[in-house]
Amino acid sequence: MDISNYIYLSAILFTIGAIGVVVRRNAIVVFMCVELMLNAANLAFVTFSRINGNIDGQIASFFTMVVAACEVVVGLAIIVTMYRSRRSASVDDASLLKR
Amino acid sequence: MTTRNDLVYLIALPLFSSAFLLLLGKVANKWGHLFATLVSASTFGIGLYEFVAMRSRAGDARAATQKIFEWISVGTFKVDASLLLDQLSICFVLLITGVGTLIHIYSIAYMSHDKDRRRFFAYLNLFIAAMLLLVLGDSYLNLYVGWEGVGLASYLLIGFWNERPAYATAAKKAFVANRVGDIGLSLAIMIAFTQFGSVTFAGVKAGAPHASPAALTAIGAMILLAAAGKSAQFPLQSWLGDAMAGPTPVSALIHAATMVTAGVYLITRSNFIFDASSTARLLVVIVGAITLLFGAIVGTAKDDIKKALAASTMSQIGYMILATGLGPIGYAFAIMHLLTHGFFKASMFLGAGSVMHGMNDEVNMRRYGGLGKVMPITAITFGLGYLAIIGVPPFAGFYSKDKIIETAFNAGGTRGLVLGGAALLGAAITAFYMTRVVVLTFSGKKRWDDQAHPHESPSLMWIPMVLLSVGSVASGYLLSKGSALVHWLAPVVNPTSAEGGKELMRPIVVSELALGVVILGVFTAIVKYGKNVPVEAPHGSVLTRFARRDLGQDDFNHRVLVLPGQAITKGLVAMDFSFIDGVVRAVGWVLSYFSQSLKKVQNGYVRSYALLMTAGAIALLATIWLVTL
Repeated sequence: MDISNYIYLSAILFTIGAIGVVVRRNAIVVFMCVELMLNAANLAFVTFSRINGNIDGQIASFFTMVVAACEVVVGLAIIVTMYRSRRSASVDDASLLKR
Repeated sequence: MTTRNDLVYLIALPLFSSAFLLLLGKVANKWGHLFATLVSASTFGIGLYEFVAMRSRAGDARAATQKIFEWISVGTFKVDASLLLDQLSICFVLLITGVGTLIHIYSIAYMSHDKDRRRFFAYLNLFIAAMLLLVLGDSYLNLYVGWEGVGLASYLLIGFWNERPAYATAAKKAFVANRVGDIGLSLAIMIAFTQFGSVTFAGVKAGAPHASPAALTAIGAMILLAAAGKSAQFPLQSWLGDAMAGPTPVSALIHAATMVTAGVYLITRSNFIFDASSTARLLVVIVGAITLLFGAIVGTAKDDIKKALAASTMSQIGYMILATGLGPIGYAFAIMHLLTHGFFKASMFLGAGSVMHGMNDEVNMRRYGGLGKVMPITAITFGLGYLAIIGVPPFAGFYSKDKIIETAFNAGGTRGLVLGGAALLGAAITAFYMTRVVVLTFSGKKRWDDQAHPHESPSLMWIPMVLLSVGSVASGYLLSKGSALVHWLAPVVNPTSAEGGKELMRPIVVSELALGVVILGVFTAIVKYGKNVPVEAPHGSVLTRFARRDLGQDDFNHRVLVLPGQAITKGLVAMDFSFIDGVVRAVGWVLSYFSQSLKKVQNGYVRSYALLMTAGAIALLATIWLVTL
């Protein structure tokens, strides 16, 4: 099987994630889409590692996982707090920063 | 040329005294006037000592110099702050310190009720220092410092009672008119520097014979402009009448005897320029002749005693300027008239001050009348000055003014006739208006009201008046005896063609003519003002009203200089507002407009930020991809 198919899959997953971030309002779904983009990047890292025959890409993917884990902790805490205060998980409701 | 080391004290003493009195403040109120008078008297002492020392030297050794310090040193251009005391300067030093000291003494009494007497005396000393620097500087640049210094002192003293707005305005007017003249002097210095590479009198004198006629004429014209500003000559004469706002001793010292004659000094000092340029000389005699008639005509119409005397000063300086323009022989006569005028005009101004002192500061002569009986000493000293100014022999003015009229007639051809005629006519008008002043003030019936209690002034005031009137009686004879002053000044002004040229009339004929017109003027004035003088000035003919308005000099300045100046200023303000401010406002408006549009991007929606970031990242990648393709 052609190894470049992994790259195509990674690109498709990333695009799906990016579109999801832009078009969905629910904060949880947006969050999941962000995770999807991160994992698409991980897939690309691992694939390049395989292509180049070294482990640099695999190490980078570990870093990404650590960052993703931290992000989940902080992000979920924010979403829960937001939901408690305003009974909604819509990102469009949280638009107070404009002024 | 001799080197002396005590010339600097002439300037340093009054300068330090002035600073001392101003800085010390109220502590010196009790004795400041005495201190200043003592300093002034000591400069007179130094002046006399120098005069005696100069007389004991002979020939070229008479002129003395002193280098104080090196002032400017730029490349090859060097100017020292150094002093030059020669036969011309010493005349001025003695006049300034002598008359100055007498006026200091007079002011002790005249200003005794003024709470700011100490400040007044500090300014007087400042004036003495600046005026001495003016006549002692050995280069045009040193002279310029003194020139500005006397302008400052004159401004401060005219506006001494600056709590009255009219007086403050008069001071400002004098200052501005003087500035116009100062531009002339600075331009003359600059042209001299470019032409001769030097600004010392000696350097310019050495270069003058080789310079181009155009440059010499330009320097001469600029020097004449400077002289016109300082000496209140046509067309810059309008400030002198208003300068009478200052205390009367100031009018006597600065605006009659010394400062206003600085223009005559400047022209005489620059004789080498004028000797080499007949065009410049022609300009000088035109200005002198116009001013001597102008001042005399204005003098006939003024009811304010000080303004009548101021107009007379203007006219008499016109005579001196006329004389300086008549070539080498004229300089000595100009200086002689300057010295005698210093005595008799100061004496008359002090007399006017004495009258005002007794009359509650009333200056309108129509409210005087019959003061001769109550103020005999003032009347006699004023009368002696009067006889001197109208030129009755053997008083001082006869010797000096007749010489000028005679020299004017001898100028040759039509020019001689015109100038001589103007000088003769001026003498007649002078006799008329001075008689008018004397008759209105001292004779006739009393016209003052019961609130005035005229009385003779204290001795501190009449002693200087008596001394000055002695000068106005004797100075003319002493200076012209054996052509004493002409020979004394010869090394400075080089009258190579002394008494040369054709004589149009014999001197005795000129004297008789002059005496004839003087008697005519006196007689007319007595007939017109001898009795029945109305207290309120009559409406008068068109000419009288025109003369009362100073022959329209202020109206002219207002229409020709002030109004266009204001129009230019208004135009500049309008342009500043519409154009320059407009550009600035437009820049602000455009930026504000665009930022209003850009502001919409900041809408607070996370998803739109994410879209923008994505779009940006894609655009960046696309650019890199395109560039590396």
